[in-house]
Amino acid sequence: MSAETTILLALAAPWLGAVLIALTGYWPNLREAVTLMTAATTFVLVASLYPEVAAGARPSVSLWEMLPGLSISFEVEPLGMLFAGIASFLWIITSIYSIGYMRGHHEQNQTRFYAFFAIAIASALGVAFAGNMLTLFVAYEILSICTYPLVAHHETDEAKQGGRIYLGILLTTSIVFQLFAIIWTWMITGTLDFTDGGILAGHASPMVVAILMALYVYGIGKAAVMPFHRWLPAAMVAPTPVSALLHAVAVVKAGVFSVVKVTVYIFGIDFLTELGSSEWLQYAAAATIILASLVALTKDNLKARLAYSTVSQLSYIVLGAMLANAVGIVGSGMHIAMHAFGKITLFFCAGAILVASHKTEISQMRGLGRAMPITFAAFLIGSLSMIGLPPFGGLWGKWYLSLGALDAGKLGLVAVLMLSSVLNVAYLLPISFRGFFSNPDTKGDGNHGHGGGIQEAPLPCLIAISITSIGCVVLFFFPEPIYDLLRLIVAN
Amino acid sequence: MIESQLPALQVVVPLISAPICMLLRRVPMATWMLAVAVSWLCLGIALALLTQVLATGPISYPLGDWAAPWGIEYRVDRISAFVLVIVSAIGAVVAPFSRASVLREISLRRVYLFFAMYHLCLAGLLGIAITGDAFNLFVFLEISSLSSYALISLGRDRRALTAAYRYLIMGTIGATFYVIGVGFMYMMTGTLNIADLANRIPQVADTRTVQAALAFLTVGIGLKLALFPLHTWLPNAYTYAPSVVSAFLAATATKVAIYALIRIYFTVFGAAEISEVFLIRQALMVLAVAAMFAASLVAIYQNDVKRLLAYSSVAQIGYIVLGISFATSTGLTAGIIHLFNHALMKCALFLALGCVFLRLRSVNIGSLAGLGKTMPWTTAAFVAAGLSLIGIPPTVGFVSKWYLIQAALEKDSYLIAALVLLSSMLALIYIWRVVEAAYLRPVPKGQETVREAPLSMVVPTWIMSAACIYFGIDATRTLEVARSAASFLLSGAQP
Repeated sequence: MSAETTILLALAAPWLGAVLIALTGYWPNLREAVTLMTAATTFVLVASLYPEVAAGARPSVSLWEMLPGLSISFEVEPLGMLFAGIASFLWIITSIYSIGYMRGHHEQNQTRFYAFFAIAIASALGVAFAGNMLTLFVAYEILSICTYPLVAHHETDEAKQGGRIYLGILLTTSIVFQLFAIIWTWMITGTLDFTDGGILAGHASPMVVAILMALYVYGIGKAAVMPFHRWLPAAMVAPTPVSALLHAVAVVKAGVFSVVKVTVYIFGIDFLTELGSSEWLQYAAAATIILASLVALTKDNLKARLAYSTVSQLSYIVLGAMLANAVGIVGSGMHIAMHAFGKITLFFCAGAILVASHKTEISQMRGLGRAMPITFAAFLIGSLSMIGLPPFGGLWGKWYLSLGALDAGKLGLVAVLMLSSVLNVAYLLPISFRGFFSNPDTKGDGNHGHGGGIQEAPLPCLIAISITSIGCVVLFFFPEPIYDLLRLIVAN
Repeated sequence: MIESQLPALQVVVPLISAPICMLLRRVPMATWMLAVAVSWLCLGIALALLTQVLATGPISYPLGDWAAPWGIEYRVDRISAFVLVIVSAIGAVVAPFSRASVLREISLRRVYLFFAMYHLCLAGLLGIAITGDAFNLFVFLEISSLSSYALISLGRDRRALTAAYRYLIMGTIGATFYVIGVGFMYMMTGTLNIADLANRIPQVADTRTVQAALAFLTVGIGLKLALFPLHTWLPNAYTYAPSVVSAFLAATATKVAIYALIRIYFTVFGAAEISEVFLIRQALMVLAVAAMFAASLVAIYQNDVKRLLAYSSVAQIGYIVLGISFATSTGLTAGIIHLFNHALMKCALFLALGCVFLRLRSVNIGSLAGLGKTMPWTTAAFVAAGLSLIGIPPTVGFVSKWYLIQAALEKDSYLIAALVLLSSMLALIYIWRVVEAAYLRPVPKGQETVREAPLSMVVPTWIMSAACIYFGIDATRTLEVARSAASFLLSGAQP
């Protein structure tokens, strides 16, 4: 099977899966089997592209012209390979987890949930494999739209409100800023293809480049750079698997991935370094890192705290891109992978706690670790990886990002990264420590019905949690596949 | 043999069918079948004409073999062929849809009248697009307008009568202004043939008479196309008209008026460059931007979804006029492509509302609660066309927006580009009000259970919605036509 066919099949598989899920909706077991099969197939297809891409090839396929001179086309380059690999692998894990969660939590409209989930993954893969900015934008917008039913899943007033903020910010930023920037780029350069070394060099004045860079970074609202981050906490009204895969991995990573991709292939890092147009955005990202961490400290709701933590961590990646040097880009790519595994573990745990104990607030979780040891152990692993301690994968992201900042001669930014780690400790570690070492707060639990008999989460949830937390450790010892891939981007 | 007669048949077929409907008054369903057959025939003729024009260039057809400029000339070029296809395609989709909807909304003894008027309206709209004679254009404008007043007044709600009356007053003023403008031009040039006018206007372009003619024409056609702030007849007319009529008129009547405006500006006055004298371009641009914002803002506060869409139409006409006001190749392309795109999406949206009205007898936002579950296909069609209205890729609205922004950036009008993008966010708000009502509110307790609309209505609705997506995914073909039409118009359009 040629690589071109594989790309198309990988993109088509989740769509087909979504249709099958809709058709098999009356038989939940069959439906979940279809989901798992689709996820596995998609991952196998994506993974089968790895050897070729790792060898330096960039398989591509062009479909048809959407606008004159602008095609819907796909090209698998290393960064996209990495993102697609992570998203499709974690989709399998999330599917396993969802089965436990959705049934354990007696969620409604599960067929709709699984179908739109599959479409969301399809669009995330579309973003990952996009061969030009138009294709990326189309996939990006479909991703925004098809995740709306997932965010508003509960159909309550709160869900409605969350959905409004979610869609409002994502669509407004993408249309008003990003589309503006894309058409502007197209007018200046006459192409939107992702090209090594960028396409803007020699076409635009430093002033225009600076404006365009800002339009892209803020226009890619999914990267959640402040002040356009509010959609991410708002999206937490969704069922936890959505928060876990989409709002810790697929959707938000589609955002930062797009930022990195634009930096490398539209602007070109040499061109950016030469102009320094992205410098002030480094500080915007640094401010988001610190401010979001501080907000996270104040949140008692576990998912809200994790959401702000994600906002902060996403800006690590934006920062790495804005450094516009080779090590910074590698750091961004590394952090995309490492944060994905760490954060999805944390969200899985949050969902497991919700299903098993119906608790959402951190202050209610005293002593809960004794009843749910696996969940809380995994939470600890995820937290440590987030902080960037060995032997967990999170270290590598911070390591290369710090090196990138040093390379750019920005000691202040290194300090920001270190300070952020301290803040990570402050808002993540107390959760598992309290879970293990504090005495259970027995007041008010008796009339709750769940007080005494809290058990571990359903088995599928535990399996998923274990896999991702083991992943955090494995990535510490074997980061080479990812590193080698990322070196290819900046080698040229 | 018959091919050479196609331009005449394009108008004559629906025109003759109207009196036939009167003869068939005893069998209302026969009038419907006739409408379907005629609409499809018209589409076939229009497509044949478009193919012919794209292949061999403009077609001139002297009516009754009286040579122009004495006789009336029918003239099909790229832009008019494109408009003919739009109008007849909308007719071809709306006609099959109309059976169930008309039976529900119009009493049986008036059904034959409805279809008689429909045929007249179709003939008038096609006539405007095909004629090469400025006065003949007025005649067809009146045929289409008079029949649409009658069509609107057939609405069940008694307010349809006042709405139609108001449209009648405003429309007649518009037609009068238009005919005054044509009279002035005739006074100065001695011809009514559009191609002839285009030749002779430049020599007299400096006279006040011709400039006054342009002003009269602009205001007259501006009334017909509901250019802000001359749009006041439109919201009520669309709200209280029968669903089918709203769908048909929203997609065709204003579009054909815009075609007439393009014709006057770029063919008749194309070589005269008179637009600069008057600052007409700038005036249109300001009005267009005002329409985009004012009408969208009003739309947000409407609870009647039909009225909401009517105001949205006024805003969308603003986009088309904005494209035209750039008077560049890209701008005109944007205007023409949005003419087509907006026809598709508005037709789809109004048809979806027709389905809703059939079952619920109301299109109030409040009564739409839970519709996503009870009428899933209709609601999904509404969402698809609604996304198109906002301009989300891959839908036709995105294509329009792309070209509009490109046209603005070409002229270094960054502000206009930003305003276009911002105003599309207003569309997001009013469309999403409907989406939230349909999907996120439970079915009110005690409401009788509603079923999905019949296939004869859902299928046409979905054809339109699917077209919104199809021509958004692959816009090259429609853009090619729009672009060649634009460059043809800008080349001075010498015959």
